[in-house]
This record gives sequence, C-alpha cells and structure tokens, in this order.
Amino acid sequence: MRHPLVRALFGTKLNAAITLLMLAAFALVLPPLFRWAIGTAVWNAPNRAGCEAADTGACWAFIRARLALFFYGIYPVDQRWRVDAGLVVLVVIGTGALFARRHRGLWLLALAVLIPVIDGILLVGGIFGLELVPTGQWGGLMLNVVISFVALGGSIPLGIALAFGRRSKYPVIRYGSIAMIEFWRGVPLLAVLFMGLILLPLFLPNGVNIDNLVRALVVLTLFTSAYMAEIVRGGLQGVQSGQPEAALALGMHTAQVQLLVVLPQALRLSIPGFINIAVDLFKDTTLVSIVGLFDLMGVVNQSLKDTAWTGLAAEGYTFAALVFFFACLIISLGGSVLERHFAIAPGSTKH
Amino acid sequence: MTTKQKALAWQALAVIAAGAVVLWFAHNVVDNLAQRSITFGFGFLFTRAGFDIPFHLVAWDESFTYGHALYVAGVNTLFAAALIIILASALGLALALMRLSGNPLAVGTARVLIEVIRNTPQLTQIVFFYLAVLQVLPPMRQSIHVGASIFLNVRGLYVPAPSGTGWDWIVAGTIVIVMIAAVSWRRLGVQVPRLIVLPPVLLLGLVLAGFTAQWDPPALKGFNFVGGVRLPPELVALTLGITVYTSAFIAEIVRAAIMGVHRGQAEAARSLGLSAAQTMFVVILPQALRILIPPLTSQYLNIIKSTTLGAAIAYPEILQVYARTVLNQSGRAIEVMTLVLGVFLAINLLASAAMNAWNRHLTLQGR
Repeated sequence: MRHPLVRALFGTKLNAAITLLMLAAFALVLPPLFRWAIGTAVWNAPNRAGCEAADTGACWAFIRARLALFFYGIYPVDQRWRVDAGLVVLVVIGTGALFARRHRGLWLLALAVLIPVIDGILLVGGIFGLELVPTGQWGGLMLNVVISFVALGGSIPLGIALAFGRRSKYPVIRYGSIAMIEFWRGVPLLAVLFMGLILLPLFLPNGVNIDNLVRALVVLTLFTSAYMAEIVRGGLQGVQSGQPEAALALGMHTAQVQLLVVLPQALRLSIPGFINIAVDLFKDTTLVSIVGLFDLMGVVNQSLKDTAWTGLAAEGYTFAALVFFFACLIISLGGSVLERHFAIAPGSTKH
Repeated sequence: MTTKQKALAWQALAVIAAGAVVLWFAHNVVDNLAQRSITFGFGFLFTRAGFDIPFHLVAWDESFTYGHALYVAGVNTLFAAALIIILASALGLALALMRLSGNPLAVGTARVLIEVIRNTPQLTQIVFFYLAVLQVLPPMRQSIHVGASIFLNVRGLYVPAPSGTGWDWIVAGTIVIVMIAAVSWRRLGVQVPRLIVLPPVLLLGLVLAGFTAQWDPPALKGFNFVGGVRLPPELVALTLGITVYTSAFIAEIVRAAIMGVHRGQAEAARSLGLSAAQTMFVVILPQALRILIPPLTSQYLNIIKSTTLGAAIAYPEILQVYARTVLNQSGRAIEVMTLVLGVFLAINLLASAAMNAWNRHLTLQGR
C-alpha cells in the first residue's frame, strides 16, 4: 500500500470498490468496441456486401470510398483544388494570427478582411477566369467551415453593436437592443433556420430569389450575434471603471473612450467566451442538414441511402463525430493560444 | 444642441430607422401574399386538421383542429423535455461524482467521456442513436427485455402504464403542496433550506403515487404488444441523444458548484462542532446550490429548445408538427412560424423572469 498509485486506486474500501467497478466496465465495453472498430474491421471492399463477406466488424471501406464527398460535397471534381487553396489560405493566415511574433494585429486584420475576399473568389468563382460554382454544389465539411466562418465573422461586429446598445443611456436604443438579444436567445436554432428558409423570402421584395445557403447564413449570423452581445457585455462590465474615467480626464471624447480604451480591454476579456461560441456554432452548423443543405451531416445522411453502401449508419456517424471532435479540439487549442497571448501578465499593468 | 435635445434626436433617428425597415418588410410581405393570393389570419386554427400525429399522449384523431394539434405537439415537446431533464440531471450528477471521486480510473474515464460528448454535435448523437442503435434492434418477437415488463425492439420501448384512480391526484397534490411550501417557506419557519427538503418530499409523493397506481404491463399477444405504453424509437433516440449531450455540461456545472464553495466553509463548520452530515447539508450544499441554479436553469432551457431536433428524426414535437405538417397543408408560413417562435419565447421569458426573482431573493438575503 506504499505506492501512491496503489493508494489512489485501493486506499479505502469505497475506492477499491470503484476501481473494481470501473475495471469491470472496461472489460465489458472495450474489447467488443476494439474488435468492431479495429480487430475485425474491413478497410478494402467494393461495397457493403463485400465488407460483410470479408469480416464482421466496421466497414471503413465505406468511409474511404466516400471520403472526398464528405469533405467537398458535390463540388465539381476538377475544381476541388480551389477548396484546397482556400483551406491553405485559411491555415496560413490563421497560423500567422495565432503565432506571429510581430504585427499580430495585421494578421488578425488579414483574417477578417483578406480571407473573406480571397476564399470568396476562390469558392464562388465567376471572375478571373474561374468557373462559377453555385452554392447548391457546395457541401461536406467545407460547408460547415464556410458557414461557421461567415456567421462568426458577421456576428462579432453585430454583437459588439448590440452590447453597446444594451448599455446605451437612451431608452429606445437600450430596449431595442434588449428585445433583439432576448428574441434570438429565446428561440431554438432549428426554428430560426426554418424561419430563414420559410419567412426570409417573404420579407424581401417580390421576385428577389435568395440562395438557400444565404438564408441560413443570415439567420445564423443574427442568432450568433445575440450570444456574442452577451459575451461582449460581460467583457464591458469587467473593465475597471477607472479606465474610462482616466481616459475622460485625459480629454478624450466619449466615442474615443469607448472604442479605444474600453472596447479593446473588453474584447480581451471576452476571448474565452468567443471560443465557446465558435465551438458551439461549429457543432450547430450540422443543423443546416435538416433544412436541405448538404453539410457533412447531410452528406453522411445521403450516403447511407446509397444502394452500394446502404445503412452503414454506425460507421458514417462515428466518422462524422470524430471529424467534429478533432475540429472542435483545434478551435479550442487555437483559442487558448490567443487567450494566452492577450492575457495580462500577472503583476504588470502595461501590456 | 443641449444634451436633452441630442438624446431625443438620437432616439428619434433609431425609431425612424427601425420603423423604415419594419415598414419595408411589411410592404414586401403584403405584396408577396397578394401575389400568391394568400390571406393572413389565424382562422385556420379552428378548421379540421385531417392528419395523423403518430405519437400522442392526449387524445388526437384526424377530426381535431389545427389549434388542437398545437396542444398535442406541445404536450409531446414538454414530455420529451421532462424526461430528458430528469435523466440528464441524474447522468450529469453521476459523471460529476466520478470526476470528484479522486479515483484516477473514474476521474480519467469521466474526463474523456465529457470531452468527447461535449465536442461532438448533438444532432450527430441523436441520429446515431436513431439509425445506428435503435434501427438495428431485433424485431418484436425477439425483444430485448428487462424483467417481464420492459421490452425494447425495433418498434420502440414498451413500458408499463399506470392505470386506476387516485395516483394522478397524489401526483397533482404533491406538486401543489411542494409549490406552496416553496413560495411560503420563510413563513413556515423551518431552519433547513427548502432545496434540501422539498425535492425528497416530491420524490416521496411520486413513489407513493407509484404504489397506489395499478401498473398495466405490456405483453406480447399475437403480432403486437397489448397494454403498457409504447415509446416510439424517435422519442427514445431524441431522449438518449439530448440526455447524453447535456449531461456532460451538467456534470461540469455540478463539479464547478461543489468546488466553488470555499474550503474554509467546511473547515469552519467542522470546528464549530457540526457533524459531517450537517456540514454537507446545511453548509456546503446550500451554497453549492446557489452557484448551481442559474447555469443549470440555462441548461434546462437549452434542453427544451433542443427538443426541436426531433424534427430531424420525425418525432412529432411542435416544430415537426407545425413547421412541417401544418405548414405544408395550410401554407400559412407567417402564422405557423409566429406560433412556433411564440411558444418558445414565452417559455424562455417565463423562465428568465423566475430566474430574476430568484436572484433578487438571494441578494435580499445578503449573503
């Protein structure tokens, strides 16, 4: 009983019981899971029947056969390099924004301005000799990334505006902002997506045809901005009152005080909240598959109806879950790098 | 310009801008409706629905009205939400206890489970349970059974149904008594916090009702089960998916609440001569509950909103019945969406009003 690990596992009667219970659970769950996922899994087969003829485990051949579909949707095969190029731009600028030693602000600006322009041109096309790819052909994981990026990017300025609106000393603006925020926070996201699908076209002039992806993007941005507003509001409340007072005493205008002194500090405090919103939003983009877009979930749903691979739901959704798990992990890790960079060093007053 | 004039000018500008947008939307809507020759109005709620709702807990058939369908679907939504809230709280508590147990195996397993669950989409989990677990269950005759009265097969989960008289009155009576006691707790002059006493009382009432009721177990007769209640696979998948997903968040909330009570509190209580049980129930738990209640409420509200994901697997909750079936049949887009959004807004506004009252109550106590 000397070894700390032995003590931690068997120190008291209760602890020993828990240890034995956990070991029994592992013995019950892990071997069959391992056997299904790896031991008896089939990696090469032309179709489901081939999988079943080969072995009894998971039919990963299905995932291998549909891999490109899961990432690109039905984006034209000869144009998929554009998606890859767009991803490279995103990764390069994203890495720069996270790790650059100098000019971090410029990298962040590039993230907000250059990426929408470059990736927008790459993905949509129609100019510079690039073939136009209608959004109906976008799909797979790429669509989840695009939707998350646009909704997150759009909701940051909107959320900041709403957060300031909620603190406004003018009742009309304050109550207007509160109504806006509480409406979006009070309704389920799926109902919001239905609203975009069904009502948005009615609100626009007769004859204006609005793209299905754009409908989802508009309502998702508004929805996310309400949650963003509450995060920013928390950040604004966290800024010490001495800061705006000092800025006012130095002779700055109210607008200067808010935008140059209070807001930057508030945003720094809001970074953990931003990361949570980004992770939630990325997971929630799967809901667009219910309103007729073919994101990763939608493509998996569709692939299960493929006659060659019909009904391999366990494989399909396990793969989707893994992809989302690692994507969320990347967002969280990136977020903590950003958080560390913008954290105030303990004991120092300057940054 | 004086400050007052400036304030007026800004607010007038805001009103005019918002008004212009709203008017433009309204104009477009009127224009669009006229173009499609649709009239606006809620009169359709009183006309015959003429569709089936495959799972209903209150009476329903095709001769009922659209308005009644909202009630039936609302009961389905609330039933799923209530089930999920109970199960997710229990599972969340179990995961939190595992993380707090101090046993490395239990702590590690709970951490891995929580991280995996929290970082995968809720919808993926629901659809996984629906298509990969419940759809591959054995047929009726080879049902998996727990004891002699719970059966699980590809058609759903069959559980005993309560029947007889008296039990429903006990349930209703307990709920009313608990609610009255919760509101007038201070006047009753009991020293123990209400949150420690009332949940067990509620549980006791439910157990008593369970013993009073006659249980009508499902039994296989010929090709189908007779007696009991059938919970369709859609409901089971929705319940499992949201329960698992939310329990990971609840576990973290519970853990944070218990760790959030300052260590000095327990030490002080013990040195004042309180027993271990007293320390737990009168000192630690009441303070932990104060930290716990606001985030837990927001998780419960998330659960209610998440039940709309039932639309992905055709569980007949409000969104599925209204924004799909009723909308397809009646074509009343604006009315239907107003009703659906209105129901959820009302639930949320009520809950936040209750939360604010609760917060005021805590601040008044001045702890």
